[in-house]
Amino acid sequence: MTKDIRLTLKIWRQEGPDTKGRLETYSADGISTDMSFLEMLDVVNERLTLEAKQPIAFDYDCREGICGQCGCVVNGRAHGPEKATTLCQLHMRQFSDGDTIVIEPFRARAFKVIKDLVVDRSPFDKIIQAGGYISANTGGAQDANTILIPQDTAEKAMDAAACIGCGACVAACPNASAMLFVSAKVSHLALLPQGRPEAPIRVQAMLHAMDQLCFGNCSNERECEADCPKEISIVNIARLNREYIKAGLGYSG
Amino acid sequence: MQLDAHIPSGPLADKWDQHRFDLKLVNPANKRKYTIIVVGTGLAGGSAAASLAELGYHVKSFCIQDSPRRAHSIAAQGGINAAKNYQNEGDSIWRLFYDTIKGGDFRSREANVYRLAQISNNIIDQCVAQGVPFARDYGGLLANRSFGGAQVSRTFYARGQTGQQLLLGAYSALMRQVAAKSVEMYPRRELLDIVLTNGQARGIITRNLVSGKLERHAGHAVVLCTGGYGNVYYLSTNAMACNVSATYRAYKKGACFANPCFTQIHPTCIPVHGTYQSKLTLMSESLRNDGRVWIPKKPGDKRRPQDIPESEREYYLENKYPSFGNLVPRDVASRNAKERCDQGKGVGETGLAVYLDFKDAIERDGRDVIEKKYGNLFQMYEKITADNPYETPMMIYPAVHYTMGGLWVDYNLMSTIPGLFVAGEANFSDHGANRLGASALMQGLADGYFVLPYTIGGYLAGTELESVSEDHTSFGDAESAVNEFIAKLMAVNGKRTVDGFHRSLGQIIWDYCGMSRNNAGLEEARTKIQALRSEFWENVIVPGEEADFNQSLEKAGRVADFLEFGELMILDALARQESCGGHFNEAYQTEENEALRNDDAYCHVSAWEYKGPNEEPQMHKEPLVFENVKLSQRSYK
Repeated sequence: MTKDIRLTLKIWRQEGPDTKGRLETYSADGISTDMSFLEMLDVVNERLTLEAKQPIAFDYDCREGICGQCGCVVNGRAHGPEKATTLCQLHMRQFSDGDTIVIEPFRARAFKVIKDLVVDRSPFDKIIQAGGYISANTGGAQDANTILIPQDTAEKAMDAAACIGCGACVAACPNASAMLFVSAKVSHLALLPQGRPEAPIRVQAMLHAMDQLCFGNCSNERECEADCPKEISIVNIARLNREYIKAGLGYSG
Repeated sequence: MQLDAHIPSGPLADKWDQHRFDLKLVNPANKRKYTIIVVGTGLAGGSAAASLAELGYHVKSFCIQDSPRRAHSIAAQGGINAAKNYQNEGDSIWRLFYDTIKGGDFRSREANVYRLAQISNNIIDQCVAQGVPFARDYGGLLANRSFGGAQVSRTFYARGQTGQQLLLGAYSALMRQVAAKSVEMYPRRELLDIVLTNGQARGIITRNLVSGKLERHAGHAVVLCTGGYGNVYYLSTNAMACNVSATYRAYKKGACFANPCFTQIHPTCIPVHGTYQSKLTLMSESLRNDGRVWIPKKPGDKRRPQDIPESEREYYLENKYPSFGNLVPRDVASRNAKERCDQGKGVGETGLAVYLDFKDAIERDGRDVIEKKYGNLFQMYEKITADNPYETPMMIYPAVHYTMGGLWVDYNLMSTIPGLFVAGEANFSDHGANRLGASALMQGLADGYFVLPYTIGGYLAGTELESVSEDHTSFGDAESAVNEFIAKLMAVNGKRTVDGFHRSLGQIIWDYCGMSRNNAGLEEARTKIQALRSEFWENVIVPGEEADFNQSLEKAGRVADFLEFGELMILDALARQESCGGHFNEAYQTEENEALRNDDAYCHVSAWEYKGPNEEPQMHKEPLVFENVKLSQRSYK
């Protein structure tokens, strides 16, 4: 049932990457439990604007859980308390009247804060640039059905390809590692026959880029998997490790 | 101005081949000397930027999001059409062409649509080569499904995330070119003006959304792939950043805007539930393959759906359209839902919803099969509504989804400004008055992978271009104008928020220029929009600083443009005194309440030319000539 609740929000405010941030407290009354979390922030921002105060900067776009642009740490969890849910799909019915909610940006050495809850995730693009693709120029492709891909393989590739690149895995990891993100792309492409020719260079180049961009390494904490809104499995990290070892041995099959 | 679509002569099936041969080529060694600016990184922009860079051009790619992987193409759920005929159902390029022309209610160009159908097959091949994980049958072959408005299974899909997977394919190709230094990538940038020298598009002014600083970029051609204008309605299935500003500012610089009143209202979305609502969520219409649409026969029936016996349910689509049933095109399904709700038969708290019921499908195929097909959609529905669609029917209602109108382009996808190309949803070219399901992805990728790489080459090879740098006076003038516009927005310092204005505008357009329209309402809407626009410039409040990350300022600029553009939509709707596809004027309908076209008077594209701030725009007509199909009344009975 829909009802209105009253919340206390402690929100990270930071003017820019080089200024010091702090948590500020806001009270939010009359929040409908049918609102999404971001709609709740919209309401708070409308009120701040009318009070001639600075609205809270936060990233968002599709608001249907697929673009990967939104994301904050809510009460210590990347994207908040609900499993397999992006922040835009989290609804206020997950909270109770009188709750205090702490909202912070995704924190990682590799993700610089731009303003308030907005961070710079461009290092993810750089990791993809290092090898997260199949080199197939437009125009030369053969008929699509000449490549047979077992259904099970296609499904596994799709499981990995479902990653939305939001960065929650990095925020959740005590090492701020991007291993789940990297492994999702490595797995998606390594599972498919089209991706095999470049599999060894891909895994090496992407991991090298991850290290260079100041992400930490994986120590099997499994926090990434727990907070991933698309439920990307750490099975992909195991697959990445196998691909990495194979690549080191010069094996491309 | 005389519109010339530059449609090649010759038989329909040979036009594109012949044209590709006739287009001049740029010497491979010279390609790197040309800079091409591509704005937007959705399916059209991402694929165009990557493909042009692969050919050797120097490409500058811009996107409004923090990464080119996030454009709203990513949210397309259902699939992408192609005329592969893998299912042996008698599909062909001709059939896909015909279905698309008919689905668009005979308001699109034969030559463009035929080319689209031809290219459709190459797209699937290209995407598979890139590693797009399309659904497969057990034997490892590609799987297909049928999709709204089609009687053959020609839709390729990747679960309910086809747009995401296709976009990530284009994005990965783009990233590969960034790594190769063929593409310079500019994320978190918003286009604020097009720069013309000598009447040719030679650059853009962008705002760096992080620093707030304006930037100048010069090039030899500009490509806009900036999507549609559905957010003029405030509530739509579009992402929040989707806007008309890039195309509208190009319009103000001389590009004609075609058919702005052609908007698509998608029949299967989650109903509206509160005034704070920021967007509407689409439920893929692939759900209509297995879900049955119904309402209670008795108006005002407030029983729970499971308590309403079969005999008291009205399966109105199946009854009214026996051969297409629940799969009728989007405009037909939407209008029927609205009619039923207007009769008081709607369900849910607001009465603005109909049921989409999976009970029979689950009984027939088992829950596992349904879960495999639609699991992620059901999960999304449950998250938003807290209802479980495996147990209780979904509630759906139409919502604004796609805009068929856009900048007018010729066969080469060039606008009325030489050197300004427009692709994807931002142009008007292929969908007529209504787009069929799974055709938007097809068009975006067709334009980007397989049309622009040839036609831009033809333009560059055949056009004399003076040397222009960012110091040219035209850049200075454009930048000053943008600065003035921003300063004016910041200076109003009123009492009403940008979102407040946007909501009011959206309500006006939804009420008067939505699923059905009438002349009196359109006239009234025009007055209301003008009043709202004046109020905006006197009373809007934009907090923060210009030279900073300022989301309120970003939105304010977009809403200012929507407030002008909304009036253009109304003018276009008033000028088209017929009903066709998504444009339904109540005065023009058949006895069965279907859209009644007037082919004698309105078989044309309406292309609007900007004439100045307080002038009426001028309408130019491009007659639509049908040499290969016979115009008929659409019937889905």
